[in-house]
Amino acid sequence: MKLLVCISKTPDTTSKISFVNNGTQYNEEGISFIMNPYDEWYALVKAIEIKEKNGGTVTVINVGDASNDIVIRKALAIGADDAIRVDGKPTSAEYVAKQIAHIAKQQAYDIIFTGKETIDYNGSEVGPMVAELLDYDYFAFASDLSIDGSKKTVSREIEGGVEITTSTNPIVVSAAKGLAEQRIPNMQGIMMSKRKPLEIVNPIAVAEKVSVKIHTLPEAKKGVKLVDSNDMDELVRLLHEEAKAL
Amino acid sequence: MSVLIVIEAVEGKLNKGAFEICTYGYKTSKVLGTTCEALIIGDAHNATEVGKYGVANALQIGNISFDSKVFTQIIAKTANDLGADTIIFRHNSTAKNVAGRLAIRMDAGLVSGVKSIPQANGNTLLVDKSVYSGKAIATYEINSPVKVLTVMGNTIQPEIVGEAAIVTLSSTPIPASTTQVIERKTITGIVPLPEAEMVVSAGRGMKGPENWAIIEELASEIGATTACSRPVADAHWRPHHEHVGQTGVAIRPNLYFAIGISGAIQHLAGVNSSKTIVVINKDPEAPFFKAADYGVVGDLFEIVPKLTEAIRRFKQH
Repeated sequence: MKLLVCISKTPDTTSKISFVNNGTQYNEEGISFIMNPYDEWYALVKAIEIKEKNGGTVTVINVGDASNDIVIRKALAIGADDAIRVDGKPTSAEYVAKQIAHIAKQQAYDIIFTGKETIDYNGSEVGPMVAELLDYDYFAFASDLSIDGSKKTVSREIEGGVEITTSTNPIVVSAAKGLAEQRIPNMQGIMMSKRKPLEIVNPIAVAEKVSVKIHTLPEAKKGVKLVDSNDMDELVRLLHEEAKAL
Repeated sequence: MSVLIVIEAVEGKLNKGAFEICTYGYKTSKVLGTTCEALIIGDAHNATEVGKYGVANALQIGNISFDSKVFTQIIAKTANDLGADTIIFRHNSTAKNVAGRLAIRMDAGLVSGVKSIPQANGNTLLVDKSVYSGKAIATYEINSPVKVLTVMGNTIQPEIVGEAAIVTLSSTPIPASTTQVIERKTITGIVPLPEAEMVVSAGRGMKGPENWAIIEELASEIGATTACSRPVADAHWRPHHEHVGQTGVAIRPNLYFAIGISGAIQHLAGVNSSKTIVVINKDPEAPFFKAADYGVVGDLFEIVPKLTEAIRRFKQH
């Protein structure tokens, strides 16, 4: 099976978020960047598991500049075979999806993975866009995937449960918790990752339809109002009269 | 050049989440100086009610199996036939499967997870969405002729503005599906977490799964859905679908009770958009108190039953 895993670089979950240049630009100072957790823990590891069981190759693809190579090398250390970096500036989901589809079109991948969302822009947009561009079936928030010949059986999260669907076509899936378990790269993997191929390609032009005009920070909470643990009637009164939540 | 909202029937009816989108679509149509039309997917006995929330025309298609390609093709055809250029979904599992496809198919600009009514700015639209897991807000501009938005639950409350609508059966042919739904497993009888207005969530402070009765009693007293933190789900004290937080379900109810949950940043990322947060914890230094509106410091095994009692008394008055 030919497997492609789309990975993103995101600020670490615990990062303090601030903006510069009148709110137009994310302040990267002092921020540590990581591979988007869902891409790493679930999408990449699942692809590697399929390869281990069914044979095939796992390629990772990323859109971004050379500062992203560190997360690409980590993906190779965890077990991907090779990598492609599209040397562009990932300004929108459409931009990223069109770069990925442009490469994938020539490669006939059986399964393309993304994480369920990135932890920075939380869009869940790249996967379905790639699927439409390639005319693949698409399953968002997959928590289980099994393969039997060309038949793929996918469980995807829906409100209050899961729906299980089969497809015999090539598919794009976005990976959620349950699909796989996080793997820590070992020393051998890290050593090997340095020799694995990382191809750098030029981006194609994409006309942007959406752009972020400004970032702002949400209004700070007014501070917690503590209620005496012996006076739950007071808490109920506050929730009813003040918060209008009961 | 109208607004088209896409809403779905759940268990044979349109629920509050669908009516939120009706009101959102209606308000958007006012901003744009046009009308709001609806495509209702699935059989709903209360379909005509969309008119009360401002929908001028409604088309309905019967129950069909979910397939992202099929849904995309039907919605694109409907939008083209109606001349709709702003297409709005609720940010739910259907939207996460379909909106991106639709944006590509219709050459539209997409913003997902919107939490404000759009503002028109010439031919462009400005909308706000939460980014960095609720830690910031981004104002997006969409400059393409066709626009697709997916709207967070609880962005707006349904508002009655008119009369029941006439619902017409859609004549759009249903394309053949290349996928097959073999099973759908959903919990019944309770509101699913992403839709819940009130959530009672508990964590490791509960000490063990055998102690959950007090949580369930509180939840049932106020009609809330129960949830839990990641360690609790990982230890199999509670089912995985109850796990809220960054890796689990992200929620934004009106009222969120966090009981015996310390408030790790990954947990907060999934719940910090809740309107009112109540934290009950024995540790006054628990980080969750910083994100809370109301806090009670003390032994949850004493406090929670007292709270349930207090709510019961309140409801009797």
